[in-house]
Amino acid sequence: MGLRVAAIVVRHLFLYRRSLARAGEVFFWPVMDLLVWGFLTRYLQEHEIPLGVGWLLGGVIFWDILYRSQQAITLSLHEEIWVRNVLNVFLSPLSMGEYLLATSLMGIIKATLTLAVLGSLAYLFYAFNIWTMGLALVPFVACLLLFGWAVGMVTMAIILRYGQAAEALVWGVPFLLQPFSAVFYPLEALPAGAQVFSRLLPSTYVFEGMRAALTTGAVEGRLLATAFLLDLIYLAFGAAFFAWMFRIVQEKGYLSRLGME
Amino acid sequence: MSDATVIQVEGLTKRFGDLVAVDNLSFSVQRGEILGLLGPNGAGKTTTIQMMLGLTTPTAGTVRILGMDIRRHRREILQRVNFSSAYVALPSNLTVLENLTVFAWLYGIRRPRKRIEALLELFEIPQVLHQITGALSSGQQTRVNLCKAFLNDPEVLFLDEPTASLDPDIAEKVRSTLLHIQKERGVTMVYTSHNMREVELVCDRLLFLSRGKVIASGTPKEVIRRARSRSLEDVFIRIARGGVLVDTQQPEED
Repeated sequence: MGLRVAAIVVRHLFLYRRSLARAGEVFFWPVMDLLVWGFLTRYLQEHEIPLGVGWLLGGVIFWDILYRSQQAITLSLHEEIWVRNVLNVFLSPLSMGEYLLATSLMGIIKATLTLAVLGSLAYLFYAFNIWTMGLALVPFVACLLLFGWAVGMVTMAIILRYGQAAEALVWGVPFLLQPFSAVFYPLEALPAGAQVFSRLLPSTYVFEGMRAALTTGAVEGRLLATAFLLDLIYLAFGAAFFAWMFRIVQEKGYLSRLGME
Repeated sequence: MSDATVIQVEGLTKRFGDLVAVDNLSFSVQRGEILGLLGPNGAGKTTTIQMMLGLTTPTAGTVRILGMDIRRHRREILQRVNFSSAYVALPSNLTVLENLTVFAWLYGIRRPRKRIEALLELFEIPQVLHQITGALSSGQQTRVNLCKAFLNDPEVLFLDEPTASLDPDIAEKVRSTLLHIQKERGVTMVYTSHNMREVELVCDRLLFLSRGKVIASGTPKEVIRRARSRSLEDVFIRIARGGVLVDTQQPEED
Protein backbone atom coordinates (compact mmCIF):
# COMPACT_ATOMS: atom_id res chain seq x y z
CA MET A 1 0.00 0.00 0.00
CA GLY A 2 2.75 2.44 1.00
CA LEU A 3 4.58 2.08 -2.30
CA ARG A 4 1.43 2.67 -4.36
CA VAL A 5 0.52 5.76 -2.33
CA ALA A 6 4.12 7.01 -2.63
CA ALA A 7 3.94 6.45 -6.39
CA ILE A 8 1.02 8.87 -6.76
CA VAL A 9 2.62 11.47 -4.46
CA VAL A 10 5.94 11.24 -6.30
CA ARG A 11 4.18 11.41 -9.67
CA HIS A 12 2.80 14.84 -8.71
CA LEU A 13 6.03 16.02 -7.09
CA PHE A 14 7.83 15.20 -10.37
CA LEU A 15 5.25 17.31 -12.15
CA TYR A 16 5.55 20.26 -9.76
CA ARG A 17 9.30 20.20 -10.18
CA ARG A 18 8.97 20.51 -13.94
CA SER A 19 5.80 22.49 -14.59
CA LEU A 20 5.82 26.24 -13.94
CA ALA A 21 2.02 26.32 -14.10
CA ARG A 22 1.72 23.69 -11.37
CA ALA A 23 4.42 25.19 -9.20
CA GLY A 24 2.67 28.55 -9.60
CA GLU A 25 -0.37 27.00 -8.02
CA VAL A 26 1.59 26.48 -4.81
CA PHE A 27 3.70 29.63 -4.85
CA PHE A 28 2.61 32.27 -7.36
CA TRP A 29 -1.13 32.62 -6.74
CA PRO A 30 -0.93 32.47 -2.93
CA VAL A 31 1.79 35.13 -2.99
CA MET A 32 -0.31 37.33 -5.30
CA ASP A 33 -3.23 36.98 -2.88
CA LEU A 34 -1.01 37.94 0.01
CA LEU A 35 0.34 41.01 -1.81
CA VAL A 36 -3.13 42.31 -2.73
CA TRP A 37 -4.57 41.87 0.74
CA GLY A 38 -1.31 42.94 2.37
CA PHE A 39 -1.24 46.28 0.55
CA LEU A 40 -4.90 46.84 1.40
CA THR A 41 -4.21 46.11 5.05
CA ARG A 42 -1.30 48.53 5.08
CA TYR A 43 -3.34 51.24 3.39
CA LEU A 44 -6.13 50.87 5.94
CA GLN A 45 -3.63 51.01 8.78
CA GLU A 46 -1.90 54.09 7.41
CA HIS A 47 -5.23 55.86 7.22
CA GLU A 48 -5.99 54.77 10.75
CA ILE A 49 -9.07 52.88 9.77
CA PRO A 50 -9.67 50.54 12.69
CA LEU A 51 -9.02 46.94 11.80
CA GLY A 52 -7.71 43.85 13.51
CA VAL A 53 -4.20 43.95 12.04
CA GLY A 54 -3.89 40.27 11.36
CA TRP A 55 -7.44 39.55 10.32
CA LEU A 56 -7.03 40.02 6.62
CA LEU A 57 -3.54 38.53 6.37
CA GLY A 58 -4.38 35.64 8.66
CA GLY A 59 -7.53 35.10 6.63
CA VAL A 60 -5.55 35.01 3.38
CA ILE A 61 -3.04 32.49 4.73
CA PHE A 62 -5.65 30.22 6.30
CA TRP A 63 -7.93 30.43 3.29
CA ASP A 64 -5.09 29.31 1.05
CA ILE A 65 -4.55 26.24 3.23
CA LEU A 66 -8.18 25.20 2.78
CA TYR A 67 -8.05 25.98 -0.94
CA ARG A 68 -4.80 24.04 -1.57
CA SER A 69 -6.09 21.08 0.40
CA GLN A 70 -9.23 20.84 -1.75
CA GLN A 71 -7.27 21.47 -4.92
CA ALA A 72 -4.69 18.79 -4.16
CA ILE A 73 -7.40 16.16 -4.46
CA THR A 74 -9.35 17.53 -7.40
CA LEU A 75 -6.42 18.81 -9.45
CA SER A 76 -4.60 15.50 -9.12
CA LEU A 77 -7.49 13.76 -10.83
CA HIS A 78 -7.94 16.54 -13.32
CA GLU A 79 -4.26 16.38 -14.21
CA GLU A 80 -4.68 12.69 -15.12
CA ILE A 81 -7.70 13.57 -17.29
CA TRP A 82 -5.81 16.34 -19.08
CA VAL A 83 -2.93 14.03 -20.00
CA ARG A 84 -5.19 11.00 -20.73
CA ASN A 85 -3.55 8.96 -17.98
CA VAL A 86 -6.70 8.11 -15.99
CA LEU A 87 -7.03 4.57 -17.29
CA ASN A 88 -3.35 3.78 -16.74
CA VAL A 89 -3.79 4.78 -13.09
CA PHE A 90 -7.14 3.10 -12.45
CA LEU A 91 -6.19 -0.09 -14.27
CA SER A 92 -3.22 -0.52 -11.96
CA PRO A 93 -3.64 -2.29 -8.60
CA LEU A 94 -4.13 1.09 -6.91
CA SER A 95 -7.38 1.25 -4.96
CA MET A 96 -9.57 4.34 -4.91
CA GLY A 97 -8.91 4.61 -1.16
CA GLU A 98 -5.15 4.66 -1.79
CA TYR A 99 -5.62 7.28 -4.49
CA LEU A 100 -7.61 9.50 -2.11
CA LEU A 101 -4.99 8.99 0.60
CA ALA A 102 -2.17 9.93 -1.78
CA THR A 103 -3.92 13.07 -2.96
CA SER A 104 -4.71 14.01 0.64
CA LEU A 105 -1.01 13.69 1.44
CA MET A 106 -0.34 16.00 -1.49
CA GLY A 107 -2.74 18.40 0.24
CA ILE A 108 -0.61 18.32 3.39
CA ILE A 109 2.56 18.96 1.37
CA LYS A 110 1.01 21.85 -0.57
CA ALA A 111 -0.61 23.40 2.49
CA THR A 112 2.66 23.19 4.45
CA LEU A 113 4.57 24.87 1.65
CA THR A 114 1.89 27.54 1.31
CA LEU A 115 1.90 28.20 5.05
CA ALA A 116 5.69 28.41 5.16
CA VAL A 117 5.97 30.77 2.18
CA LEU A 118 3.04 33.04 3.05
CA GLY A 119 3.85 33.10 6.75
CA SER A 120 7.43 34.18 6.00
CA LEU A 121 6.47 36.77 3.38
CA ALA A 122 3.75 38.26 5.60
CA TYR A 123 6.36 38.74 8.31
CA LEU A 124 8.93 40.22 5.92
CA PHE A 125 6.61 42.57 4.02
CA TYR A 126 3.96 43.50 6.56
CA ALA A 127 5.47 42.61 9.95
CA PHE A 128 2.59 40.21 10.51
CA ASN A 129 3.81 37.20 12.45
CA ILE A 130 1.46 34.25 12.17
CA TRP A 131 4.02 32.10 13.97
CA THR A 132 3.08 33.86 17.22
CA MET A 133 0.17 31.42 17.27
CA GLY A 134 2.78 28.73 17.88
CA LEU A 135 1.49 25.20 18.29
CA ALA A 136 -2.08 26.49 18.14
CA LEU A 137 -1.54 26.67 14.39
CA VAL A 138 -1.57 22.87 14.20
CA PRO A 139 -5.23 22.23 15.10
CA PHE A 140 -6.38 25.18 12.98
CA VAL A 141 -4.47 23.93 9.96
CA ALA A 142 -5.65 20.36 10.60
CA CYS A 143 -9.29 21.49 10.65
CA LEU A 144 -8.87 23.30 7.36
CA LEU A 145 -7.09 20.32 5.76
CA LEU A 146 -9.88 17.96 6.81
CA PHE A 147 -12.58 20.25 5.45
CA GLY A 148 -10.57 20.68 2.23
CA TRP A 149 -10.41 16.90 1.83
CA ALA A 150 -14.16 16.56 2.37
CA VAL A 151 -14.92 19.27 -0.21
CA GLY A 152 -12.27 17.70 -2.48
CA MET A 153 -13.94 14.29 -2.33
CA VAL A 154 -17.31 15.75 -3.28
CA THR A 155 -15.76 17.75 -6.13
CA MET A 156 -13.78 14.73 -7.35
CA ALA A 157 -16.91 12.59 -7.34
CA ILE A 158 -18.73 15.16 -9.49
CA ILE A 159 -15.79 15.31 -11.91
CA LEU A 160 -15.76 11.51 -12.19
CA ARG A 161 -19.48 11.59 -12.93
CA TYR A 162 -19.60 14.55 -15.33
CA GLY A 163 -16.05 14.59 -16.72
CA GLN A 164 -14.44 17.69 -18.21
CA ALA A 165 -17.81 19.45 -18.24
CA ALA A 166 -17.40 19.84 -14.48
CA GLU A 167 -13.92 21.35 -14.80
CA ALA A 168 -14.98 24.75 -13.44
CA LEU A 169 -15.87 23.10 -10.12
CA VAL A 170 -12.19 22.41 -9.42
CA TRP A 171 -11.65 26.12 -8.88
CA GLY A 172 -15.21 27.24 -8.24
CA VAL A 173 -16.43 25.13 -5.32
CA PRO A 174 -14.19 26.68 -2.64
CA PHE A 175 -15.33 30.15 -3.67
CA LEU A 176 -18.95 29.14 -3.12
CA LEU A 177 -17.97 28.51 0.49
CA GLN A 178 -15.73 31.53 0.98
CA PRO A 179 -18.39 34.21 1.59
CA PHE A 180 -20.02 32.04 4.25
CA SER A 181 -16.81 30.97 5.97
CA ALA A 182 -16.24 34.40 7.54
CA VAL A 183 -12.72 34.43 6.13
CA PHE A 184 -12.11 38.18 6.12
CA TYR A 185 -14.85 39.42 8.45
CA PRO A 186 -16.52 38.21 11.62
CA LEU A 187 -19.58 35.99 11.50
CA GLU A 188 -21.87 38.77 12.71
CA ALA A 189 -21.03 40.81 9.59
CA LEU A 190 -23.19 38.38 7.60
CA PRO A 191 -26.98 38.71 7.29
CA ALA A 192 -28.90 36.61 9.80
CA GLY A 193 -30.03 34.06 7.22
CA ALA A 194 -26.50 33.59 5.89
CA GLN A 195 -25.22 33.12 9.44
CA VAL A 196 -27.36 30.02 9.79
CA PHE A 197 -25.59 28.45 6.81
CA SER A 198 -22.21 29.73 8.00
CA ARG A 199 -22.64 27.98 11.33
CA LEU A 200 -22.87 24.68 9.47
CA LEU A 201 -19.36 25.10 8.00
CA PRO A 202 -16.29 24.05 10.00
CA SER A 203 -14.26 26.72 8.27
CA THR A 204 -16.36 29.44 9.95
CA TYR A 205 -15.23 28.26 13.40
CA VAL A 206 -11.61 28.08 12.28
CA PHE A 207 -11.61 31.67 11.02
CA GLU A 208 -13.50 32.89 14.08
CA GLY A 209 -11.01 31.01 16.24
CA MET A 210 -8.07 32.45 14.34
CA ARG A 211 -9.31 36.00 14.88
CA ALA A 212 -9.86 35.33 18.57
CA ALA A 213 -6.39 33.83 18.90
CA LEU A 214 -4.75 36.75 17.08
CA THR A 215 -6.67 39.28 19.18
CA THR A 216 -6.46 37.74 22.64
CA GLY A 217 -3.61 35.25 22.23
CA ALA A 218 -5.86 32.50 23.57
CA VAL A 219 -7.28 29.57 21.62
CA GLU A 220 -10.98 28.99 22.11
CA GLY A 221 -11.29 25.24 22.50
CA ARG A 222 -15.04 25.34 21.93
CA LEU A 223 -14.60 26.76 18.42
CA LEU A 224 -11.95 24.20 17.51
CA ALA A 225 -13.98 21.32 18.90
CA THR A 226 -17.03 22.42 16.88
CA ALA A 227 -14.88 22.69 13.75
CA PHE A 228 -13.46 19.16 14.28
CA LEU A 229 -16.89 17.70 14.90
CA LEU A 230 -18.27 19.29 11.75
CA ASP A 231 -15.17 18.13 9.84
CA LEU A 232 -15.92 14.54 10.79
CA ILE A 233 -19.52 14.89 9.62
CA TYR A 234 -18.43 16.43 6.31
CA LEU A 235 -15.74 13.76 5.81
CA ALA A 236 -18.29 11.01 6.37
CA PHE A 237 -20.70 12.72 3.97
CA GLY A 238 -17.90 13.27 1.40
CA ALA A 239 -16.86 9.62 1.55
CA ALA A 240 -20.46 8.40 1.23
CA PHE A 241 -21.16 10.78 -1.66
CA PHE A 242 -17.96 9.68 -3.38
CA ALA A 243 -18.82 5.99 -2.97
CA TRP A 244 -22.33 6.59 -4.33
CA MET A 245 -21.08 8.53 -7.35
CA PHE A 246 -18.33 6.01 -8.03
CA ARG A 247 -20.91 3.24 -8.10
CA ILE A 248 -22.91 5.20 -10.70
CA VAL A 249 -19.72 5.85 -12.69
CA GLN A 250 -19.05 2.10 -12.79
CA GLU A 251 -22.66 1.31 -13.69
CA LYS A 252 -22.63 3.77 -16.59
CA GLY A 253 -19.07 3.05 -17.73
CA TYR A 254 -18.02 6.70 -17.38
CA LEU A 255 -14.53 5.96 -16.07
CA SER A 256 -13.40 4.67 -19.41
CA ARG A 257 -14.94 7.64 -21.24
CA LEU A 258 -13.19 9.95 -18.80
CA GLY A 259 -9.87 8.38 -19.63
CA MET A 260 -10.16 8.98 -23.34
CA GLU A 261 -12.34 12.09 -23.78
CA MET B 1 -12.41 -23.44 -15.72
CA SER B 2 -9.34 -25.52 -16.56
CA ASP B 3 -5.78 -24.48 -15.71
CA ALA B 4 -5.25 -23.58 -19.34
CA THR B 5 -8.22 -21.21 -19.36
CA VAL B 6 -7.02 -17.78 -18.35
CA ILE B 7 -10.12 -15.75 -19.14
CA GLN B 8 -13.65 -17.07 -18.77
CA VAL B 9 -16.58 -14.84 -19.71
CA GLU B 10 -20.07 -16.19 -19.11
CA GLY B 11 -23.40 -14.62 -19.98
CA LEU B 12 -21.92 -11.14 -19.96
CA THR B 13 -24.60 -8.55 -20.57
CA LYS B 14 -24.69 -4.78 -20.34
CA ARG B 15 -27.78 -2.67 -20.81
CA PHE B 16 -27.80 1.12 -20.87
CA GLY B 17 -31.51 1.82 -20.53
CA ASP B 18 -33.15 0.24 -23.55
CA LEU B 19 -29.87 -0.24 -25.38
CA VAL B 20 -28.27 -3.68 -25.07
CA ALA B 21 -24.58 -2.93 -25.58
CA VAL B 22 -23.40 -6.47 -24.80
CA ASP B 23 -25.84 -9.33 -25.12
CA ASN B 24 -25.22 -12.55 -23.20
CA LEU B 25 -21.64 -12.92 -24.33
CA SER B 26 -19.69 -16.08 -23.44
CA PHE B 27 -16.17 -17.00 -24.43
CA SER B 28 -12.89 -18.14 -22.99
CA VAL B 29 -9.23 -17.45 -23.72
CA GLN B 30 -6.53 -20.05 -23.22
CA ARG B 31 -3.08 -19.47 -21.74
CA GLY B 32 -0.71 -17.98 -24.32
CA GLU B 33 -3.48 -17.31 -26.82
CA ILE B 34 -3.92 -14.00 -28.64
CA LEU B 35 -7.61 -13.29 -29.01
CA GLY B 36 -8.70 -10.56 -31.41
CA LEU B 37 -11.86 -8.80 -30.26
CA LEU B 38 -13.18 -7.15 -33.37
CA GLY B 39 -16.17 -5.29 -34.65
CA PRO B 40 -17.32 -1.97 -36.01
CA ASN B 41 -17.78 1.07 -33.77
CA GLY B 42 -20.67 0.44 -31.41
CA ALA B 43 -20.36 -3.35 -31.66
CA GLY B 44 -19.79 -3.65 -27.92
CA LYS B 45 -16.10 -4.54 -27.78
CA THR B 46 -15.07 -1.53 -25.69
CA THR B 47 -17.87 -2.17 -23.20
CA THR B 48 -16.86 -5.83 -23.09
CA ILE B 49 -13.25 -4.94 -22.31
CA GLN B 50 -14.37 -2.38 -19.71
CA MET B 51 -16.37 -5.08 -17.94
CA MET B 52 -13.50 -7.55 -18.22
CA LEU B 53 -11.24 -5.03 -16.49
CA GLY B 54 -13.78 -4.08 -13.84
CA LEU B 55 -14.25 -0.51 -15.06
CA THR B 56 -17.92 -1.04 -15.81
CA THR B 57 -20.36 -3.10 -13.79
CA PRO B 58 -22.13 -5.76 -15.89
CA THR B 59 -25.92 -5.97 -15.85
CA ALA B 60 -25.52 -9.75 -15.78
CA GLY B 61 -22.85 -12.39 -16.20
CA THR B 62 -19.41 -13.05 -14.82
CA VAL B 63 -15.80 -12.49 -15.80
CA ARG B 64 -13.10 -14.68 -14.34
CA ILE B 65 -9.46 -13.90 -15.02
CA LEU B 66 -6.67 -16.18 -13.75
CA GLY B 67 -9.34 -18.11 -11.87
CA MET B 68 -10.65 -15.08 -9.97
CA ASP B 69 -13.86 -13.09 -10.29
CA ILE B 70 -13.05 -9.56 -11.46
CA ARG B 71 -15.66 -7.98 -9.20
CA ARG B 72 -14.35 -9.64 -6.04
CA HIS B 73 -10.63 -9.79 -6.79
CA ARG B 74 -10.04 -6.84 -9.07
CA ARG B 75 -6.86 -5.69 -7.37
CA GLU B 76 -5.26 -9.16 -7.29
CA ILE B 77 -6.11 -9.58 -10.96
CA LEU B 78 -4.79 -6.16 -11.96
CA GLN B 79 -1.51 -6.96 -10.21
CA ARG B 80 -1.00 -9.75 -12.78
CA VAL B 81 -2.61 -8.05 -15.79
CA ASN B 82 -1.73 -4.95 -17.78
CA PHE B 83 -3.17 -2.74 -20.45
CA SER B 84 -2.06 -0.44 -23.23
CA SER B 85 -4.09 1.71 -25.56
CA ALA B 86 -3.24 4.09 -28.34
CA TYR B 87 -5.77 6.46 -26.80
CA VAL B 88 -4.24 6.53 -23.34
CA ALA B 89 -1.01 8.37 -22.65
CA LEU B 90 1.61 8.69 -19.95
CA PRO B 91 2.05 12.14 -18.36
CA SER B 92 3.77 14.22 -20.99
CA ASN B 93 5.90 16.44 -18.77
CA LEU B 94 7.60 13.63 -16.87
CA THR B 95 10.69 11.86 -18.20
CA VAL B 96 10.36 8.29 -19.38
CA LEU B 97 12.29 7.11 -16.33
CA GLU B 98 10.02 9.06 -13.97
CA ASN B 99 6.87 7.76 -15.63
CA LEU B 100 7.97 4.16 -15.65
CA THR B 101 9.23 4.39 -12.07
CA VAL B 102 5.84 5.68 -10.90
CA PHE B 103 4.05 2.79 -12.63
CA ALA B 104 6.60 0.25 -11.43
CA TRP B 105 5.84 1.39 -7.88
CA LEU B 106 2.12 1.09 -8.54
CA TYR B 107 2.79 -2.54 -9.46
CA GLY B 108 4.88 -3.05 -6.34
CA ILE B 109 8.35 -3.07 -7.97
CA ARG B 110 10.52 -1.26 -5.46
CA ARG B 111 13.76 -0.86 -7.48
CA PRO B 112 12.68 -0.85 -11.10
CA ARG B 113 15.64 0.84 -12.84
CA LYS B 114 17.15 -2.35 -14.32
CA ARG B 115 13.77 -3.62 -15.45
CA ILE B 116 12.96 -0.28 -17.10
CA GLU B 117 16.29 -0.26 -18.93
CA ALA B 118 15.80 -3.86 -20.10
CA LEU B 119 12.31 -3.10 -21.45
CA LEU B 120 13.47 0.02 -23.27
CA GLU B 121 16.26 -2.08 -24.76
CA LEU B 122 13.74 -4.73 -25.81
CA PHE B 123 11.62 -2.13 -27.61
CA GLU B 124 14.78 -0.61 -29.14
CA ILE B 125 14.47 2.80 -27.50
CA PRO B 126 17.14 2.81 -24.74
CA GLN B 127 18.09 6.40 -25.62
CA VAL B 128 14.78 7.87 -24.38
CA LEU B 129 15.30 7.00 -20.70
CA HIS B 130 15.91 10.57 -19.56
CA GLN B 131 13.85 12.32 -22.21
CA ILE B 132 10.57 14.13 -21.54
CA THR B 133 7.79 11.77 -22.61
CA GLY B 134 5.81 14.47 -24.42
CA ALA B 135 8.82 15.29 -26.59
CA LEU B 136 9.08 11.78 -28.03
CA SER B 137 7.82 10.78 -31.46
CA SER B 138 4.47 8.95 -31.53
CA GLY B 139 6.31 5.71 -32.32
CA GLN B 140 8.55 6.15 -29.28
CA GLN B 141 5.60 7.08 -27.07
CA THR B 142 3.73 3.96 -28.15
CA ARG B 143 6.72 1.83 -27.28
CA VAL B 144 7.13 3.55 -23.90
CA ASN B 145 3.43 2.80 -23.25
CA LEU B 146 4.13 -0.83 -24.08
CA CYS B 147 7.11 -0.82 -21.71
CA LYS B 148 4.64 0.35 -19.03
CA ALA B 149 2.39 -2.55 -19.98
CA PHE B 150 5.20 -5.08 -19.48
CA LEU B 151 6.57 -3.63 -16.23
CA ASN B 152 4.81 -6.18 -14.02
CA ASP B 153 5.57 -9.10 -16.35
CA PRO B 154 1.82 -9.56 -16.95
CA GLU B 155 0.20 -12.92 -17.50
CA VAL B 156 -2.64 -11.25 -19.39
CA LEU B 157 -2.31 -8.18 -21.55
CA PHE B 158 -5.12 -6.07 -23.00
CA LEU B 159 -3.98 -4.18 -26.08
CA ASP B 160 -6.31 -1.60 -27.59
CA GLU B 161 -5.13 -0.67 -31.09
CA PRO B 162 -1.49 -0.70 -30.03
CA THR B 163 -0.16 0.30 -33.44
CA ALA B 164 -2.73 2.97 -34.34
CA SER B 165 -1.06 6.11 -35.70
CA LEU B 166 2.28 4.39 -36.25
CA ASP B 167 4.03 4.30 -39.62
CA PRO B 168 4.23 0.82 -41.20
CA ASP B 169 7.89 0.37 -40.30
CA ILE B 170 7.45 1.13 -36.59
CA ALA B 171 4.15 -0.77 -36.52
CA GLU B 172 5.92 -3.85 -37.86
CA LYS B 173 8.68 -3.49 -35.25
CA VAL B 174 6.13 -3.17 -32.46
CA ARG B 175 4.20 -6.22 -33.73
CA SER B 176 7.39 -8.29 -33.94
CA THR B 177 8.42 -7.33 -30.42
CA LEU B 178 4.97 -8.12 -29.05
CA LEU B 179 4.95 -11.52 -30.74
CA HIS B 180 8.48 -12.21 -29.54
CA ILE B 181 7.56 -11.44 -25.92
CA GLN B 182 4.31 -13.35 -26.23
CA LYS B 183 6.09 -16.47 -27.47
CA GLU B 184 8.91 -16.19 -24.95
CA ARG B 185 6.73 -15.60 -21.88
CA GLY B 186 3.44 -17.16 -22.94
CA VAL B 187 1.49 -13.99 -22.27
CA THR B 188 -2.23 -14.21 -23.00
CA MET B 189 -3.43 -11.24 -25.01
CA VAL B 190 -6.76 -9.65 -25.83
CA TYR B 191 -6.17 -7.53 -28.89
CA THR B 192 -8.39 -4.95 -30.57
CA SER B 193 -7.54 -3.27 -33.82
CA HIS B 194 -9.19 -1.89 -36.92
CA ASN B 195 -6.20 -2.93 -38.98
CA MET B 196 -7.39 -6.30 -40.33
CA ARG B 197 -4.04 -7.14 -41.92
CA GLU B 198 -2.42 -6.75 -38.52
CA VAL B 199 -5.11 -8.82 -36.85
CA GLU B 200 -4.48 -11.60 -39.34
CA LEU B 201 -0.77 -11.52 -38.55
CA VAL B 202 -1.06 -11.32 -34.78
CA CYS B 203 -4.19 -13.07 -33.56
CA ASP B 204 -4.61 -16.81 -33.03
CA ARG B 205 -8.38 -16.54 -32.80
CA LEU B 206 -11.01 -13.90 -33.46
CA LEU B 207 -14.35 -12.89 -32.04
CA PHE B 208 -16.32 -10.62 -34.33
CA LEU B 209 -18.94 -8.65 -32.44
CA SER B 210 -21.94 -6.86 -33.83
CA ARG B 211 -24.66 -5.28 -31.72
CA GLY B 212 -23.21 -6.88 -28.63
CA LYS B 213 -23.25 -10.43 -29.95
CA VAL B 214 -20.61 -12.75 -31.37
CA ILE B 215 -21.43 -13.17 -35.03
CA ALA B 216 -18.24 -14.88 -36.16
CA SER B 217 -15.42 -16.66 -34.41
CA GLY B 218 -12.45 -18.87 -35.19
CA THR B 219 -8.93 -18.49 -36.52
CA PRO B 220 -8.52 -15.67 -39.05
CA LYS B 221 -8.41 -18.21 -41.90
CA GLU B 222 -11.53 -19.99 -40.65
CA VAL B 223 -13.47 -16.75 -40.35
CA ILE B 224 -12.50 -15.71 -43.89
CA ARG B 225 -13.34 -19.13 -45.31
CA ARG B 226 -16.68 -19.45 -43.56
CA ALA B 227 -17.69 -15.96 -44.59
CA ARG B 228 -16.71 -16.80 -48.19
CA SER B 229 -14.70 -13.61 -48.28
CA ARG B 230 -11.31 -12.81 -49.70
CA SER B 231 -9.90 -11.16 -46.59
CA LEU B 232 -10.67 -10.17 -43.03
CA GLU B 233 -11.14 -6.65 -44.24
CA ASP B 234 -14.00 -7.84 -46.47
CA VAL B 235 -15.53 -9.67 -43.52
CA PHE B 236 -15.24 -6.53 -41.40
CA ILE B 237 -16.82 -4.33 -44.05
CA ARG B 238 -19.72 -6.73 -44.52
CA ILE B 239 -20.34 -6.83 -40.79
CA ALA B 240 -20.06 -3.06 -40.46
CA ARG B 241 -22.57 -2.57 -43.28
CA GLY B 242 -25.01 -4.96 -41.71
CA GLY B 243 -24.51 -7.74 -44.24
CA VAL B 244 -25.37 -11.30 -43.24
CA LEU B 245 -22.40 -13.60 -42.96
CA VAL B 246 -22.79 -17.10 -44.30
CA ASP B 247 -21.93 -20.06 -42.10
CA THR B 248 -20.12 -18.14 -39.40
CA GLN B 249 -22.37 -18.68 -36.43
CA GLN B 250 -20.08 -20.81 -34.37
CA PRO B 251 -21.15 -21.88 -30.94
CA GLU B 252 -18.61 -20.69 -28.42
CA GLU B 253 -16.38 -23.28 -26.86
CA ASP B 254 -16.25 -23.77 -23.10
